[in-house]
Amino acid sequence: MNNVCVYCEFEEGSIQDVSFELLTKGRSLANQLGCKLEALVLGSGLDGLEKEISRYGVDMLYIADDKRLYPYTTLPHTAVATGLFRETQPQIVLMGATSIGRDLGPRISSSLGSGLTADCTNLEIGEYEDKKAGKRYDNLLYQIRPAFGGNIVATIVNPDNRPQMATVREGVMKKEIVSETHQAELIRVDAGKYLREEDLVVRILERQIESSKINLKNSSIVIAGGYGVGSRENFNLLFELAHAIGAEVGASRAAVDAGYADKERQIGQTGITVRPKLYIACGISGQIQHIAGMQDAAMVISINNDPAAPINKLADYVIQGNLENIIPRMIRYYRKNVK
Amino acid sequence: MYKIIVLAKQVPDTRNVGKDAMKADGTVNRAALPAIFNPEDLNALELALLIKDRYPGTTIVLLTMGPVRAAEILREGLYRGADAGFLLTDKAFAGSDTLATSYALSCAIRKIGLPDIILAGRQAIDGDTAQVGPQVAEKLGIPQITYAEDILSVDNRTVRVKRRLERGFELVESVLPVLVTAHSTAPECRPRNARRLMQFKRATTLSERHHSADDYLAAQTHSTEPVLTEWCAKDVNSDLLQLGLGGSPTKVRQVENIVFQAKESKVLSAADDDIEWLIQELISQHTIG
Ligand SMILES: Cc1cc2nc3c(=O)[nH]c(=O)nc-3n(C[C@H](O)[C@H](O)[C@H](O)COP(=O)(O)OP(=O)(O)OC[C@H]3O[C@@H](n4cnc5c(N)ncnc54)[C@H](O)[C@@H]3O)c2cc1C
Repeated sequence: MNNVCVYCEFEEGSIQDVSFELLTKGRSLANQLGCKLEALVLGSGLDGLEKEISRYGVDMLYIADDKRLYPYTTLPHTAVATGLFRETQPQIVLMGATSIGRDLGPRISSSLGSGLTADCTNLEIGEYEDKKAGKRYDNLLYQIRPAFGGNIVATIVNPDNRPQMATVREGVMKKEIVSETHQAELIRVDAGKYLREEDLVVRILERQIESSKINLKNSSIVIAGGYGVGSRENFNLLFELAHAIGAEVGASRAAVDAGYADKERQIGQTGITVRPKLYIACGISGQIQHIAGMQDAAMVISINNDPAAPINKLADYVIQGNLENIIPRMIRYYRKNVK
Repeated sequence: MYKIIVLAKQVPDTRNVGKDAMKADGTVNRAALPAIFNPEDLNALELALLIKDRYPGTTIVLLTMGPVRAAEILREGLYRGADAGFLLTDKAFAGSDTLATSYALSCAIRKIGLPDIILAGRQAIDGDTAQVGPQVAEKLGIPQITYAEDILSVDNRTVRVKRRLERGFELVESVLPVLVTAHSTAPECRPRNARRLMQFKRATTLSERHHSADDYLAAQTHSTEPVLTEWCAKDVNSDLLQLGLGGSPTKVRQVENIVFQAKESKVLSAADDDIEWLIQELISQHTIG
C-alpha cells in the first residue's frame, strides 16, 4: 500500500528503456519516502522478464500475462491497471510519455479521479502548503515541467488525490542497475478478474512497428537545426556536415512544425533528450522546452545571426552569422584539416 | 448519416513566439500572440468533414470551452463546413486542469446528446499533454482511438482507423460510439468556403451580441435560428465542485523563472579564419575527427 509504482511498457518481446529509466527514478523516490517500489507489466508471453526488471531495485513485481493484453489496447490495460491500483493504492504511478503511456495515462487518471502531469522533466519529493485551506502536506511528488510563456518552469502537485501520476519521456531519467542479483517478489495478477466483455470492443487488424533508423539518443555529436534553418533544403546542409564529421541531425519543434525536419528528430521537453559530447545548435533560439532536451551536452556551439539569442548563454562557442554561409565552410575546413 | 462532435480549442500561436513577443523579464507577452484554431483540431475537423462528404446528412457540431473570444474558432469551423457550434464559457471553468476540462466537456456532450463519433485533436500546442481526448472518452464510458491519421471506413456499427504511432502504425476497428483523436499527419483541413463565409460571418454567441453595440447586427442574428450556442456551467448540469481550480486534482505549487547559468562563451565571427580556427580547435581536442 502507498508505494511507488511504475507501469512497465512491454513491446515486441522486451521492456522499453523508458520503463527502466523510470524504475531507477522510482527507486530513489521510494527510498526518500520510505516505501516500496512496484513494477507492473501487462502483456502476453512475459516469462523470463523477472530478472531483468528486478535488477533496478524493484520490491514487488506485478505481472498480468494474458493474450487479451497484447498487443496493447486502451481498455483492457485500463481495466487491469485501475482494478489493481484500487486494491494496491499506490501513492505515485509513473509511466513513459510514449504512444502507449500517453494513451493509457489519461484514461487511468480519469477513471481514478487522480491528477496527471505530462512530459515531466524532473520529479522530486517535497512539501506543499495550501494557504487558502490552511493545510500542509508533506512528501508530495513534485512534477516539474516547463510551462508555456517564456523561461518558466512549473512545479505541479496533487495534494489530495491518489495516485499522483506523471509521464516522462524516454532519455530524461537515467537508468541504473541496483544489483544483478536483486530479486523482486513476484505477484501474478489474474487479468480475467478485471476484464469485462465491453473492454474488448477495439480490435487491432494490422500492426507495423518499425525500428527507428535515427539514433539521436546515443550519438556523441548532434547537429540540431531550428526555425532559422529556413527550409527543408537548407536542412541538407546539416546532414552534409553530420555526414562529414559523423554526427546525427536533430531539430527544434519550430523546425518540425514548419516541416523542415521529421518529428522523430525533435529534441526537447516533448521530443528526445540527448547528452552528446558536442551539440551544434544552428538557427535555434534556445527556448526552455528545447534546452530541457540538450542542457547536459558537454560542449555547445551555437550558430546564430542574433547575438542575443538565449542559447548563446549556454554555448562554449558562438559563431555569429548566417548558418547557410557558415556550415559549408565548416565542412570545407574539416575536410582540409582532418588527417 | 452520422452525428459527429468535434472538440476544438483556441490556443496562443506558440509557433510564432519571436523576439517581439518576449517581454524584458523573459516571459511571453501573450497579448502579442495571435490566438488560433489549435492545429490538430483542424485535422480533426477535416476527418469529420471527409465523413460528411461520404455520407451526406451527417451533422458536425463543434464544441469548445474557453473565453467569449473562443467563438472565433467556432465561426472558423462553420466557414469550413461544420453545421453548428457550442461555446462553454463560465468563470467557474477558470483554472481547470485537463481532468476538470474533460469533465465539463463531457457534461456538454451529454447535453448535446452522445454522437456516433467524437473527434478531437491529439493535443493542444500550448501544453502538448494529449490528455483531454482520452479523459473525455473515459468520462463518457466509450472507447478511444488516439493518433488517427485516417478514418478508413465507417458503417452503422463500426469505424476503422489508421493510427500513427511513434514508430510505425496500426489499423484498428472499434464499435461506435467512439472518440478519435487526430494526429498532425491526418489530412490538412480544407480552406474556408466563400459562400459559407457570407452565410455565417454574423453568427454570434449571446455574449458577443450583448457586447456588440451594433443593434443592426444583433437584430439580424436574432431573427434566424442561432447556429452558435453559448452555455455556462449550470446549462450543462455540471457539478461545480468538479470544475475549475477546485475540481482540478493538479495544483501549480510554484512557477519559477529560470535563469541559465551563462557559460564563458567564446564569440567568433563568420570570417574564414575564425571558422577554420574553431575546426582545428575541435580536432585538436578530439571532439571531432
Ligand atoms: C508545450 C510545449 C512543448 C514544446 N516542446 C518543445 C520541444 O520538445 N523542443 C523544442 O525545440 N521546442 C519545443 N517547444 C517550442 C519552444 O517553446 C520554441 O518555440 C522552439 O524551441 C523554438 O524553436 P527555434 O529556436 O527553432 O525557433 P525560433 O525561436 O524562431 O528561433 C530561430 C532562431 O534562428 C535564428 N536565425 C534565423 N535565421 C538565421 C540564419 N540565417 N542563420 C543563423 N541563425 C538564424 C534566429 O536568430 C533565432 O534565434 C514547445 C513549446 C510548448 C508550448
